[in-house]
Amino acid sequence: MKLLRTALLAATAAMTALPALADSIKIGEINHYKRLAAFAEPYKKGIELALSEINGAGGVMGKDLEFIFRDDQGDPAEAVKIAEDLMTREGTVMITGSILSHVGLAISSFANEKGYVYLAAEPLADSLVWSSGNPYTYRLRASTWVQAAMLAEEAAKTDAIKYATIAPNYAYGQDAVAAFKANLKRLKPEVEFVAEQWPALFKIDAGAEAQAIERAKPDAIYNVTFGTDLAKFVREGGDRGLFDGRKVYGLLTGEPEYLDPLGDEAPEGWFVTGYPWYDLPEGPGADFVAAYQDATGETPKIGSLVGYMTAQSIAAALTRAGATDSESIRAAFEDLTIEDTPIGTLHYRALDNQSNMGAYVGTLAVKDGKGVMVDWEYKAPAPYMPTDEEIMAMRPAE
Amino acid sequence: MTEILRVENLKKSYNGFLAVNGVSFSVQKGELKALIGPNGAGKSTCFNMLMGQLKPTAGEVFLDGERITGMAPRKVWRRGVGRTFQITGTYQSMSVVENVQMALISHHHRTFAILPRAWRLYRDEAMGFLDTVGMTDQADRPCSVLAYGDLKKLELAIALAHRPRLLLMDEPTAGMAPSARIDLMQLTADIVRDQGVSVLFTEHDMDVVFAHAHHIMVLNRGELIADGNAEQVRNNPHVQEVYLGGGTLFKEASHA
Amino acid sequence: MAFFLAQILTGLANAAALFLVASGLSLIFGVTRIVNFAHGSFYMLGAFVGVTLMDILPGHVGFWGAILLTGLAVGLIGAFVEIVVLRPVYRAPELFQLVATFGVILVIQDLALMIWGAEDRLGPRAPGLRGVWRIFGEPVPKYDIVLIAITPVILFALWYLITRTRMGTLVRAATQDREMVGALGVNQAWLFTGVFALGSALAGLGGALQLPKGGADLLMDFNIIGSVFVVVVIGGMGSLPGAFIAAVIISVLNVFGVAYLPQSTLVLMYVVMAVVLIVRPYGLLGREEVAGEHGQVGAPERPIRPYGARGRMVVIALLAALALLPLVADKFILTLMIDVIVFALFAASLHFILGSGGLVSFGHAAFFGGGAYAAALLVFHTDTPMELAFIAAPFAAGLLALGIGWFCIRLSGVYFAMLTLAFSQLVWSLAFQWRSVTRGDDGLVNIWPADWLNATAPFYYFTLAMGVGGILFLRHIIHAPFGYALRAGRDSPRQAEAMGINVKRVQFAAFAVAGAMAGLAGGIFVFSKGSVFPTELEIAASFDVLIVVFLGGVKTLAGGVVGAAFLTGVEDWLTRLEYWRLILGLLIIAVVIIAPEGIVGSLRTLWVRIRHIEEEEAK
Repeated sequence: MKLLRTALLAATAAMTALPALADSIKIGEINHYKRLAAFAEPYKKGIELALSEINGAGGVMGKDLEFIFRDDQGDPAEAVKIAEDLMTREGTVMITGSILSHVGLAISSFANEKGYVYLAAEPLADSLVWSSGNPYTYRLRASTWVQAAMLAEEAAKTDAIKYATIAPNYAYGQDAVAAFKANLKRLKPEVEFVAEQWPALFKIDAGAEAQAIERAKPDAIYNVTFGTDLAKFVREGGDRGLFDGRKVYGLLTGEPEYLDPLGDEAPEGWFVTGYPWYDLPEGPGADFVAAYQDATGETPKIGSLVGYMTAQSIAAALTRAGATDSESIRAAFEDLTIEDTPIGTLHYRALDNQSNMGAYVGTLAVKDGKGVMVDWEYKAPAPYMPTDEEIMAMRPAE
Repeated sequence: MTEILRVENLKKSYNGFLAVNGVSFSVQKGELKALIGPNGAGKSTCFNMLMGQLKPTAGEVFLDGERITGMAPRKVWRRGVGRTFQITGTYQSMSVVENVQMALISHHHRTFAILPRAWRLYRDEAMGFLDTVGMTDQADRPCSVLAYGDLKKLELAIALAHRPRLLLMDEPTAGMAPSARIDLMQLTADIVRDQGVSVLFTEHDMDVVFAHAHHIMVLNRGELIADGNAEQVRNNPHVQEVYLGGGTLFKEASHA
Repeated sequence: MAFFLAQILTGLANAAALFLVASGLSLIFGVTRIVNFAHGSFYMLGAFVGVTLMDILPGHVGFWGAILLTGLAVGLIGAFVEIVVLRPVYRAPELFQLVATFGVILVIQDLALMIWGAEDRLGPRAPGLRGVWRIFGEPVPKYDIVLIAITPVILFALWYLITRTRMGTLVRAATQDREMVGALGVNQAWLFTGVFALGSALAGLGGALQLPKGGADLLMDFNIIGSVFVVVVIGGMGSLPGAFIAAVIISVLNVFGVAYLPQSTLVLMYVVMAVVLIVRPYGLLGREEVAGEHGQVGAPERPIRPYGARGRMVVIALLAALALLPLVADKFILTLMIDVIVFALFAASLHFILGSGGLVSFGHAAFFGGGAYAAALLVFHTDTPMELAFIAAPFAAGLLALGIGWFCIRLSGVYFAMLTLAFSQLVWSLAFQWRSVTRGDDGLVNIWPADWLNATAPFYYFTLAMGVGGILFLRHIIHAPFGYALRAGRDSPRQAEAMGINVKRVQFAAFAVAGAMAGLAGGIFVFSKGSVFPTELEIAASFDVLIVVFLGGVKTLAGGVVGAAFLTGVEDWLTRLEYWRLILGLLIIAVVIIAPEGIVGSLRTLWVRIRHIEEEEAK
């Protein structure tokens, strides 16, 4: 048993010794590459595109920037172990990664305890930067609260009073519904929520959910389901006429990850958040799309964009820090500003370590057998944020 | 003589089929008594109701005057009834002597002890019981490698370990070589004589039965058709009819 | 009323695919006694193969032809898996084969990713069956009606196959008594292959048939396997009509749950299963498992012995090496070793009831996670000092085990396993859904050890003391009368009862001890990671620990510990590679085939054989 263990550890050590390039700065990237391959792969390709550009332009501090990609199987405990491995043995200078919010929260707590910098790129949970926020955790994407508030703003403009919600039965879904309700109630106190449906994540019984919503006779529907749940819900709901004459607000529904698989069955008329890469005006946004398609031969997903901007953010922070110790990197992220990202100027605010990346909102239509967003606009997050005082109250004392 | 076991009007039905239909008998202290009958007569069913492996549909069982009908096997055992099985049930993952030690551990109410090492407990005592059945030389062999006859003997040693008042033996010699059968029954008879244990057993081998049993009962189709000494049973016309009718030569019963 | 009818129709339509997959699993179990974890993978393969074929074959004929061809293709894959992976291990201890099927899951996952890519596929519509029919004004999708019509046809076809054909006669005979089929002169191996292929084909058909209502994605395998097991167990393992009734009950209840209790979606079916098993311990139409009916296959276990002088020296040397490790190893090695020790203790606790007691628990993570949560909740909500919260972990887990064990211990075999699974799902859903207390899947974070332990080396020593202490404690119990009584109850419950041992009570106590020890492991775990999430309570976590116990060797004392060390080490190494699941799956299958007694068991057999040869030569 001891022999086996020794052999294993030796083998592990040998393996990790191999990729050590002396003149690179290494970043640890932990993700669910297998468990959520559909989301993680475009994200990884976005990172790789950014890396080739950054290193092509001379790298960071004269060295190449290198990402070490590790698979955590979607398990928070495994992610924490890998983070330790990356920071103590692989010589990475900071951590990034995770799509699932709970894995992000585990890494965030660990990073704070150990004093490592963690850039949470994809996780959407509000608590990452608010109620569970800490000085070492930064976050790139617009949070659930902000995206839900954008939809609520649009919903408040209609005369719909009775709403039904449907969201996967876990923290993200529950936060998304709570945020939508809070924002809509604030804007239009007379709305009422006549049905709340909570299918289990990726185990939706779409026919039954559609029937249950129909029974409540809502004026409008707020949808948080995504992935295969969304596909089934759209199909069953569409067949049964659930969406006829009803406005539907879909969180994330317009993101290519979820919209593309629907093909010509994309639900027309839904008002959604997403990523209209096919329709971007000339500028850094369209340049990114072109470069991505050139490099990968695929159309970009929103994960691609996030991955790309993750690498950009880290390169910028390292350049600003001028050093690779955790404290310098952490300080460099504070009020970090990066020009010319695909969404324009990106800024990490010191208040809650949240970036100013916003979201694209628009209406779904079908063109050439594919779902697209039309009449879309890019919205900055600032107007949808709670006040600074509210955020300070939520963040634990530092 | 006083009776150690009394059975009154015992019945067992499966979905309306009466496997045992109103059987009554008693076993005296110090008696070696046999229960015989053709296949399917209800012997095992009857046995299983005595010690609680089966719950009777009707009827009563008394042990030394105390009602034990339907009582769980372990409770009947605590009251001094030991048992061996037609198909042996020993602990395959233990050594021979540990099988007997296990019975002693239970006898001394130490089943739930977690401090002592089990193989150290009551080893000498257990060796004594193995000696009784003549198995001391095999004490430390794994139980899983024993010959079938030895397993039968081991079961007997296990059953003796808590010094039972009454021993129920279901087909104690089944599957054994003829000479071994005689040995085992002689051993049982010695135990009855030396230790004052009462024994009730079922048996196929008529040589064994008629050579050793003090009294013999015959069960047929769930009903007791004879109860007496060897001579009485042998001459009972009803019994002869059952066995002859069944195609088995009674007096020269084979060892099958 | 119309709405009510529409709901029932929705439930019946959902029951179709579920029944198909479940009937396959039930058949396989009934005949081969294999608990086939990989059954969901065949369902997933059915979906992907179906999508691919439907793309190629056009029109009505193409659509329905594709479904039939999919069944055929997946059946062939099933036969291949049976011949290559399972046939070599039929003689292994009972339930050992489930480890092999676990390997198959991993292999199929990566192969599917390689072949079909990561993106979800939306299933094609059935030609001419898009849209709805109105029944009393309620819209009912046309394809639902078709599914509802198809299911009884398939049930009838299966019934005909089982009751009216020679293969069916053999299948029934094998379900009743495996030995008898051999005695009838039938080639048992090919019967098993045939049944496994048929079961897989049914799963594949299920995957293809559901396409117009969904699609194909890489998470399908795990997403369906829970409900399929629930259906098979509620119906009674091995009973096709039972599977049908259960599929209908579960599906229809789910529809009503969605409408009237929308929050219930996570646990409803597990609640139903728990209730059914408590009332009817063998499912609705299941047959009681007669003890020893299927025989203990594999070599009998040898008597346990404490280590002799040499063995003790090895253990002491190992412990000394572990104690000196912080002097030479870097921080990450210590972190990895903490993981190994925690997992080893967790595995040892399961191994205690599984190895000595014969109690196969599919829900042991409830106690590991339960202990972790107990400590974390105390710290999170009441700022309890770490030392105190840590002590609470094994106690809370032990209490939880007492509660759950009280229901489960009356059952035996696979039904016991499934009831533990149901309860662990209830515990999981509690952690998942009771957000005001547990924060749901946002988990409890910032649960760090007291200052004096809050560095890698001190915490490593703490883990070493607690983990090794726990493992040695369990080993000691195994050698004590209590452990012997537990084994007595496993070897021959009849004899044990006939010698005054209250078998169920012994098992109950052992279950609680195992739970407490799992909780201890959970307590160490939560402070080493600083957080706990419902993930630790998931079915997958229970299966992980089950796999390592089997992999290490059930009939050995060190099996759990060695299995845990092996898997943790291998996983840490392999997950650095691109197709690690494929490699891990193949590795597990290889270990299963090469070492059917588990790693430790097979090494020991080898060792005994070598010594035997040496002795022979010495003569």
